[in-house]
Amino acid sequence: MSTTRRRVRLASAAVTVVTLLVAALAACSSGSGSSAKNISLRMTVWSNDKSQNALFNSIAASYRQSHPEISSITFDYIPIDNYTTALTTQIAGSNPPDLAWILERDAPDFVSSGALTDLTPTLKGTSGYGYDDLAASATKLWEQNGKLFAYPFSTSPFGMFFNKDLLAKAGVSQTPEQLLAAHQWTWPNAIKIAAQVAAKTAKQGLVIRDWNYKTWIQLASVWRAWGAQAWSADEAWGAQAWSADGKTCQFDSPQMQQAMSFLHSAIFTDKALPGPGETADFFAGESALTVTQISRASLLAKHPFNWGIVPLPSGPAGSSQVIGQAGIGVMTKGQHKQQAADFLAYFTNSANSAKLAQYFPPARKSQLTTTTLAKANPLFTAQQLQSVVIDGITTGSVLPSHQNSAKLSTLVQNALDPLWTPNANVDSVLKGVCQAIDPVLKQ
Amino acid sequence: MTVTPSQTRTPPRPAAAAARGGRRQYWTTRRRDVLSGWLFVLPQTLGFLAFVLYPLAAVVYYSFHTSNLLSGVTTYSGTKNYTQLAHDPAVPSVVRATALFCVGLVVFNIALALVLALLLNQKLRGTTVFRTLFFSPVVISLVAWTITWNFLLQNNGGINSLLRVIGVHGPNWLRGHDSALISVVIVQVFKNVGLNMVLFLAALQGVPRSLLEAADIDGAGPWRRFRSVILPLISPTTLLTTIVTISGSLQVFAQIQILTEGGPNNSTNVLVYFFYQQAFGNHDFGYGSAVAVVLFLIILVLTSIQWRLRKRWVFYES
Repeated sequence: MSTTRRRVRLASAAVTVVTLLVAALAACSSGSGSSAKNISLRMTVWSNDKSQNALFNSIAASYRQSHPEISSITFDYIPIDNYTTALTTQIAGSNPPDLAWILERDAPDFVSSGALTDLTPTLKGTSGYGYDDLAASATKLWEQNGKLFAYPFSTSPFGMFFNKDLLAKAGVSQTPEQLLAAHQWTWPNAIKIAAQVAAKTAKQGLVIRDWNYKTWIQLASVWRAWGAQAWSADEAWGAQAWSADGKTCQFDSPQMQQAMSFLHSAIFTDKALPGPGETADFFAGESALTVTQISRASLLAKHPFNWGIVPLPSGPAGSSQVIGQAGIGVMTKGQHKQQAADFLAYFTNSANSAKLAQYFPPARKSQLTTTTLAKANPLFTAQQLQSVVIDGITTGSVLPSHQNSAKLSTLVQNALDPLWTPNANVDSVLKGVCQAIDPVLKQ
Repeated sequence: MTVTPSQTRTPPRPAAAAARGGRRQYWTTRRRDVLSGWLFVLPQTLGFLAFVLYPLAAVVYYSFHTSNLLSGVTTYSGTKNYTQLAHDPAVPSVVRATALFCVGLVVFNIALALVLALLLNQKLRGTTVFRTLFFSPVVISLVAWTITWNFLLQNNGGINSLLRVIGVHGPNWLRGHDSALISVVIVQVFKNVGLNMVLFLAALQGVPRSLLEAADIDGAGPWRRFRSVILPLISPTTLLTTIVTISGSLQVFAQIQILTEGGPNNSTNVLVYFFYQQAFGNHDFGYGSAVAVVLFLIILVLTSIQWRLRKRWVFYES
């Protein structure tokens, strides 16, 4: 080989190596932390609602005016389906957000793992914050040893929305509002209405939103009316679910058996709910009734049909309201814990909490009044706010939560799958659920 | 002795001069070649070390540990994860789903690809259009393809609506215990059959005409020609497509995630999805890693078995 060719070969190889080294160094340096004067905060959220995002950004913008050291605050959207998985992966990959929304079902895992920072000193130390205004019932799920690890920014009761136009089209004689007034707003009556609409129109009857035969936790809105629980003390409203109480599976209890039999026959005999593999969206006018959280009401702003909302129907155990909660926590592994906690104190102060109340029912006792809520929720009547929101928050219980919630969720989902066939044996399926989750509950 | 003009004009080369002076040059031709060789393989080697070997070693390491992703605490747990895997009640369903998916996919895919290739190898009008049609799913985004099929396979979706037109009540494809697995296999077969078809087509066109004509003269019918001449001659391609399809079938993930999420009741929960569920869904990274190690070993064993068997049934392999 000639000298020139050898030199060219050597030179090109050297250039390759140098380029790689430069690229590697550049990648390392771009990831290094920001200076104390140029702080970027990131909060992961599962809402992609434009109006909600506009509100978050306006609160963030006004905070940055008084805090020039914060160069940007971003709200990072992650779809709710994979929210916790994506968040956990970010934490494990050393790329945690500074602040994160956390679902109530994951609260025990997050609170007990040390992934979240204690917010009590910052919130109590912020002048005018009014820490004592936070309802103890709302903060309970997010506390450990008297310390608050996430702020319960949304305490949103489940209600039953109904499409008045579809009900009229199907010839339903008594609306849910009338049944409620007559103290006859029961699950059998709700299913009767749903079945009637499904039979007489091309639309579906009742949709339990976000369940889709997978996210079984949403079914608590049904079985609680039978007094059933997923496991002992499955709601953290009255007791900590990850205490010794949460160790017994309750899926095979007579109450759960009755509740699930009722649901099974509503689906496969009455055809009141869309079957497995069928989809319908209430907010697109495709079903007569839907069970969902009132924070979804913002979806109704653009839909041209008459609607109403009532509390969840009552069952053999009476009226039993269910609440979904979401907290905002500051990540222990985040780079700017104090700045993130300070921003959280601003984001959830009394004035901003009142603004957020139009989407997320607040945890502040002083704001749980029809007057305050009516200002923020023009879509609801005073009576709807009282019966669904205020009464719901006061009397309701939070969706089931437990340590190892992700594992439990998968196990229950798999074990419940055989139930969603027309000839299922409800009793044996529910016994199978307990067999599947007992070892995890006892861990 | 006569001194030529060229000898007087050419100055002595520095290297030669150094050598003559007793000092050997460090950068000899051999050393330069060795260095440049190393420099050329360095980027690839670094990439392999960083993105293949390191993660592989990390997975083996994590499989002997228990990790809490939220708290970031990792503790040594010995063979606990492997013991858990051996006793996990979900594992029989997962193994069944993985085996059925793999066998179903390989049989359907290879058979269909070969049949299509044989048909499209005929000199008929319109074969180019059909070749393009069958190959087009290969270049379509996997996720877009699967999402479209997800709509079609719903109980009130396109396929059942079509069946209703001809008076057939279709099953709830993605919710039935058996129909879910069949649906996932079919979606995957249609996605990739085009690639194998093109490979078979190339192999078929490489079969010498003289051999086929000789078989013809010897009185061999179409089936005999196919079995005794064509099939042995295209066996290297059959080996390649089988290896690629088997290892691809063991790594299927997106289709399961979009269509069934492993359900109903684990009937489509293949090993890769089970690994994802454990590691990222249940945040049990140690257990997930143990599943990944087992999956790696299964693929390794299967591939090496195929590689060893190739000598028996692949033409012109020594």
